[in-house]
Parts: sequence; C-alpha cells; structure tokens
Amino acid sequence: MTTTTPDTRKQTSDDASSSRVYKLGAVGGDWLDQRLSGGGFVKFIARKIFPDHWSFMFGEVALYSFVILLISGTFLTMFFDPSMEEVVYNGPYVPLQGEHVSRAFESTLQISFEVKGGLLFRQMHHWSALVFMVAIFVHMFRVFFTGAFRKPRELNWIVGFTLMVLGMVAGFSGYSLPDDVLSGNGLRVIDGLMKSIPIIGTYLSMLLFGGEFPGTDIIPRLFTVHILLVPAMILGLIAIHLVLLVLHKHTQYPGPGRTERNVVGFPVFPVYAAKAGGFFFLVFGVITLISATTAINGVWVYGPYDPSPVSAGSQPDWYMLWTDGGLRLIPGWEFTIFGYVISLNMLIPMGIYGALLGSLALYPFIESWVTGDDREHHLLDLPYNAPVRTGLGVSWISVYLILALAATNDIIAIGLHLSINDLTWAFRIGIFVVPVLVFFITKRICLSLQRQARQKALHGSETSRVVRTESGKMLEIHEPLDEFDRWVLVQHDDYRPLQAGKGVSSLRAKATSFFFKDRIEPVSPAELREAFEHYAHEKHEIDSATGGDYRTPAETAHHAG
Amino acid sequence: MNTNLDGTTPARGVSAIAPKEGGGFPNPGLPPHVHRQADVSKAAEKRAERLVAAMFLLSVIGTAIFIVAYFLVTPTGTNIFAEEGSPSALWWSNLVTGLGLAIAVFFIGAAAVHWAKTLMPDEEMVEERHDIRSSDETREIAVGIITDGLEESGIARRPVIVTAMVAAFAALPIAVLAPLSTLGPLPGNKLHHTFWGHNPGQRLARDHDGTPIKLSDVAMNSIFHVMPEGLTEETPHFLEERAKAATVIVRIDPKLSKNPESMANGVDGILAFSKICTHVGCPVALYEQQTHHMLCPCHQSTFDVTDGAKVIFGPAHRPLPQLPIEVDDEGYLVATGDFPEPIGPSFWDTHKDK
Repeated sequence: MTTTTPDTRKQTSDDASSSRVYKLGAVGGDWLDQRLSGGGFVKFIARKIFPDHWSFMFGEVALYSFVILLISGTFLTMFFDPSMEEVVYNGPYVPLQGEHVSRAFESTLQISFEVKGGLLFRQMHHWSALVFMVAIFVHMFRVFFTGAFRKPRELNWIVGFTLMVLGMVAGFSGYSLPDDVLSGNGLRVIDGLMKSIPIIGTYLSMLLFGGEFPGTDIIPRLFTVHILLVPAMILGLIAIHLVLLVLHKHTQYPGPGRTERNVVGFPVFPVYAAKAGGFFFLVFGVITLISATTAINGVWVYGPYDPSPVSAGSQPDWYMLWTDGGLRLIPGWEFTIFGYVISLNMLIPMGIYGALLGSLALYPFIESWVTGDDREHHLLDLPYNAPVRTGLGVSWISVYLILALAATNDIIAIGLHLSINDLTWAFRIGIFVVPVLVFFITKRICLSLQRQARQKALHGSETSRVVRTESGKMLEIHEPLDEFDRWVLVQHDDYRPLQAGKGVSSLRAKATSFFFKDRIEPVSPAELREAFEHYAHEKHEIDSATGGDYRTPAETAHHAG
Repeated sequence: MNTNLDGTTPARGVSAIAPKEGGGFPNPGLPPHVHRQADVSKAAEKRAERLVAAMFLLSVIGTAIFIVAYFLVTPTGTNIFAEEGSPSALWWSNLVTGLGLAIAVFFIGAAAVHWAKTLMPDEEMVEERHDIRSSDETREIAVGIITDGLEESGIARRPVIVTAMVAAFAALPIAVLAPLSTLGPLPGNKLHHTFWGHNPGQRLARDHDGTPIKLSDVAMNSIFHVMPEGLTEETPHFLEERAKAATVIVRIDPKLSKNPESMANGVDGILAFSKICTHVGCPVALYEQQTHHMLCPCHQSTFDVTDGAKVIFGPAHRPLPQLPIEVDDEGYLVATGDFPEPIGPSFWDTHKDK
C-alpha cells in the first residue's frame, strides 16, 4: 500500500510522544501484539483510505440501527415471554383487565406499562427496525443508481440484497410476537397465502402453525426465528458485506485526481474512527429522541388476538406494505381444474413479488451481459450518465410505491373522500401504466441533464449578462470552467449499441439498442479546443463592445456614486 | 471496436464501450486544498476545541438525567412529575428517561463528528488500488496446490468412492424431511369441518357474551356477530374453533333477495354467513346496511348478502359459505348443520368432500 501523506500532516511533537498516554499505549500494544499480532492488523487497517460523501452514510445508518436493534432487543428478551398460554389480564391497563389474553400479549403489556424503561426500549426497538429498513432501501438504491454494483462488487450486491430480505423477515417475525389483533391478522394472511400453494399448501400451513391456525406454537416458533435464526444470519452476512467492502476498497464519485486505480479520501484512523464512530451515536440519539416522544405500535389499543374481530385500517409496518398491495389489487381470479383449486388471486401477487425481488437481485448480471464490460469499476456513475439504468430503477421504485400505496387504499379513500372501488381501479391501471411513463420521463430527464452538462463543459457557466454589440448582435457572457470542474463533466465512459453478428446475438444487439440507442456524445478534446477558439473570438467581440467592463450601467453608476 | 478503453480485450466477446474520441481528457489531478477556519485561525481552533469538550460534557449531563429519571420518574412507582401509577406517570417516565438517554448518546456523536470535521486533518490522502484478481504467479501456485491435493486424494482414480460420496450427500438432505414432518399434524379433514358441524343443532350465540339469539331479537337490516353457543373457553382448541366458526347474521327484506336458494337456508330474511373471507381469511367485519354489502377491511373483497354473499368486488372468488339455520321450539336461532363447503381461503382440495 502506498499512501501519500501531505507534508503538513507530520506534526508529531516531541513532548507528545513521551506523554503518559503514549507510554500506556506502548505497553498495552506490546502485550496485545505478542498475543494477537495486532501490529499487522493496525498496519493493514488503520490508514486505509475511505472516500467521503453524504450518500455513503445510508449503509452506516442501516448498520448502526441494527446495533441498536440488538441492544434494545436484548433488553426486551429479559422480560418477554413468548408463550401462547391463556391468562387473565389483571395489570394496570384498566380497559383490558379481566380479558383472556396470551402470556406473550400480557408480557408485552408488562414491558410497556410496568417495567422501568420498558416502553422506551420497546419503542426504540420498533423505531430502529423501521429506520433499519428505510436505510437499507435508500442505501441499496444509492448503490443501484451510481452503478456501484458493477464488477467486482456483484456478489456484495447479492449479499446486500439478502440482508434486505432478511430484514423483512426479522421485522415481520418481530411485530407478530406481541400476539395482538393486528399482527394476528397479518399471520392469518400468511396462513391464507400458504394454503393457496397448490398440493402442499395446507401441509405447509399445518407445519408452520403446528396444527390449525392459530394454534399455540406459532409465537414461540417465531420467537426463535426472530431472536436467533435471522439475527445470526444477518450478523454473518454483515460481516461478509464489510470484509468485501475492505477487500474491494470503497467506490468513489468521479472528481479531479480520482481514478479507477486509486481511492482519495481520509484514513480510518483517526478521521473515520471519529466520524463513523460518532455517527453511530448520532443515529442512536435520534432514534432515542423519537422513541422518547413518539408512541409506536400500542398493542393495548388493538387488543389481544382473537380470530373474530379486525379493525378497518389494518396496515402492516411500512416495509411489508408492498406485499399487501398486490393482494388488494388482484381481481378475484380462481379456477378449478379436475376438482382442485388454483387460487390465482394469491399466486399471481406472490409471483409478482418474486419477480420484483428477482429482477433487483439479478440486475448487475443483466447489465454486464448487455455492456460486455468486464473491467473493474471503482469510479461511480453519475445517475444521469446511465439514463436507462436510472429509468429502470425509478420504474422499479414506482411499482413498489404503487403496491405500498394500494395497501393503504382504505386510508387514502377515507382521507380524500374517494370511492375505494375507483381508487383500487386507478391503482390496477396505474401499476401497468405508471412504470412505463416513469421510465421514459426519467430517461428523458437524464438525457437532458447530459446535454446540459455537455454545454457547460464546452461553454462554461452562463452569467446572465448579455451584451449587445454595435451591430445589434446579442451575446451572453460565459464564465469558463476551470479544469477541475470541467473534469467531472467530461470524464465518464459511454456505450453505444452493437450490431448483431460477429459474436453478438440478436437479443444482445436489441438489448444494447434499448440501453444505448439514445446517447449524448461525450465532449471530445477537439470539440473543447473548438469551443475555446469560439470563446476567444466571442470574448474579443464582447470586450470591444464593453471595453472589458462587464458591469451593468446601473452597477457602474452605483460604484461611481 | 473489440477492445476495452484500457486496451484489454473483454473476456466475453464484444463490449459495447464506445472508444473515446481523441483519447479523452487527461485527469487534472487533485485540486488545490482550501484551508478551514480552524487551520488558519488560532481563535477558531480554540473555539472548536471548546465546543467539542462542551458537547462531551453535555453527554455526561444526559447520562445523569437518564439514571436519575430511571429511578425517580418510573411508570408504576416513584414519579416526581405525576401521580403514582397514573397513565401520565408512564408518559413522563418514557419522556424523561428517553430524553436523558438521547442527550447522552447524541452529544457523544456530535462531539466526535465536530472534532473530526474541524480539528482532524482534512487534506485528502490517496491510496493506490490493486487488481482484485490474484497475480498470475499466485494463481499458478493456487492451481498447483488444488491439483496436488486432488491428486493426493486420488479422487480421479477412485470413481467408486466418488459415486458413493455423491449418493451420501444426495441422500442426507432428505433426512431433513423427517424432523420437519413433526412440526405439525397432517391436514386430514380438519379444514373441511367446523364446530357447527361437529355439534349440530347449536344455537347461534352473540360473540363474546355468549347469549343465544331469538328470531325476534333480530331487527331488519341489523347484523350480529355470532359463535356456536356450545363453544366456550373450556372447549379444546378454543381459538382454532373460533377461527373457523365465526359467523355473521344479517336480516334483509326477503323481497330484495336475488337468490331463492340462499333465502331457503335462512329464516324470514335472516341469513348466516361465515365471517372468514374466502380470499386470505381476514374477518369480514363491515356491513353496509344500505347496499347490503359485506366488506373485508383487509383487502376490500365485497360480498352481496342479497345474492348468497357472492363476490361483487375485490380479490375474493368464492361466496362466503352460508350456514343453514332455522328456529327451535323456544324461538331461538339454531344451525341445522355445518357450512356446505370449507370456510376461509381456498386451498388445493377445497371442493373435495372429506
């Protein structure tokens, strides 16, 4: 590793090296190094360079909220009893006194109302789960839109994708544990979905619930899933995610001095130890503040699970909404073949969910097949430089959002005084129309931004100052860019469609045409030279008209006065 | 045409990368560094230092608030802001302990980040990258090691062992099915029958208070949520039975009926339908008196009560199964038998008699 350290950095003063802190460090360091070979580790990691950008912090938010989940979750396990044994509630919450509830529900109420700090930790646990999923999604789409998933990071994309799916499993299994009426109906939907699977559906349902729904096994089973199985898998995959991050070194945004062969930024020690370490506490603090002031999942309001009641406005946590939307939009399609039932009203939504997730997971491989580009990529794409990818990503998000909105159609209908049937129909049509529209609009915006960047690279920034020459010609004064600013606008690679034949299949030729047919040529050095000549010529005209004074008459008067 | 921008040839044939006209632009290198306030002004540096220290101290105060509040502002015991055990005691406890903890952790973060941003070096450093792929030399050694190992194991020369090993590894996963099967019983005919069928002649009882319903109790256009009278908390598998037996009765004007068969299974326009949606099984809890529609609040399947609870909107397909009812000698509503087909979500053999 060659690290260039600016000379100004070397400020170690003599008295510092002899201070007590350093002596203590030397003794401790020696002890550890003789047992752990810590010296090599420090040498390897402590001066690793990471680039700085606000958009790189979403993954950190996900990691830190997971740590908060572990901390608050451990507290909760000390008091939660995952049992479906029926008891009569006689705790301090008056409206439910005397009701038959499960131990799981009762102990959730005990945590909320009686355990000191219990409600705070419960709310922190739920809020950080929501933040965890938001952060994962935003991080994933940062990676998507900047092309950070390209070689050599495809496998880490898959690891991250799996973490997102596991996050959903963790969330669902967790909010089912209190055994309240809202989450109970969520489990009932799972039961219905499972039963719809041809041939094996009813068997799967019986196995999951240990008999007929709801049974007395599901909460203890979900508890094991929630506190052991899924967290262990998430921890393992986070470890892999981070080891690969160090191995690949972080991607960086394009900029002067940044190349595919280097990484420009700040060292782990001390800068990121302070920044990233500090950021953990900031996330922790914000989640705690939210939990101290904002109630969430008040299961005592919903009541204990009972198979008969349900309340209108039953929505799962936000990251599960999309899985409910398809179930609301699908028409009542179900047919019988040889006396056996095929429930398309459940199988089609499940198929769509699978396709949505699958397309996301496989996208890096699809794109690399299209481009045939097998170089390593460490410089990120600016999203507008990849119009089709960006369009596809936004289009995916629009499907996701329509499904999520469809899952709240009852709330929207009440809130906006609309007919729920009309609204459902609007979503049914929208899910086909909107993604296509959104794709083309996004792609066009990207191409326009490319044109604008091209203009700016060639002619500089417009100053909004227009000069009229004696012949009546109007010229706008442009401020040329310096080479550092221009570099960001001209550095990117670009692709063009391939002809079929000569090792290119017609399918791939069509795919490259779809991706790269609409293409804005990047600025070439020859064009820039020409633009400079033009600029010099124009500047001469402007200067001879203004005498080199670009101020407006009003400004001149102001300065003179 | 057939090469990457860096002159290498793509491993998988033709790449779509466009060559850079005129060879592209040279990278201008790192721009000149701009110093921060704290780098150039001693006063600004001192100010930053004091601010960082102050924020760390604020965190200590937050910790103190948290600890004190944990014992003095409790939900059920001592509470200096509210009456002991009152609902506002819980509110105060959550708020004050939470704010204390939030201050304690947030300002450690704020201090550390401010320290890094104002006082630690902010001149960018450059580290070279290396190819992720190992060098040819390393690859050769690795291939050699694996080849030697395989050679030493004799795997290529001993096909019998290989075949037997593949058989072993193929068979073992099947063993997982055995413990999996003990997770639950087989479905059998459980999903095809409910408590109404197991105990025919059950009176229809109001859900929750368990009192039976007389014909005369049911006013026009009213709705009752009912359970079998004999289904009590002492019944084995109480919740599972409730999950299947849940029923609603509605009374409509017989003249409105579009479905004589459905009316024949009711009494004087009183019709009993399963409350469990035939889509994914939510309770169909909402009844619109004006339109005589029943609506599932989960996914908005809508059933027309005047037409045998046929689906008129939404994702459900099958009508809600109708419970046949009559009036007994004392004037109470009773079920004459079970639902004619399984209630709730459709499954593979819903339509098979079991």
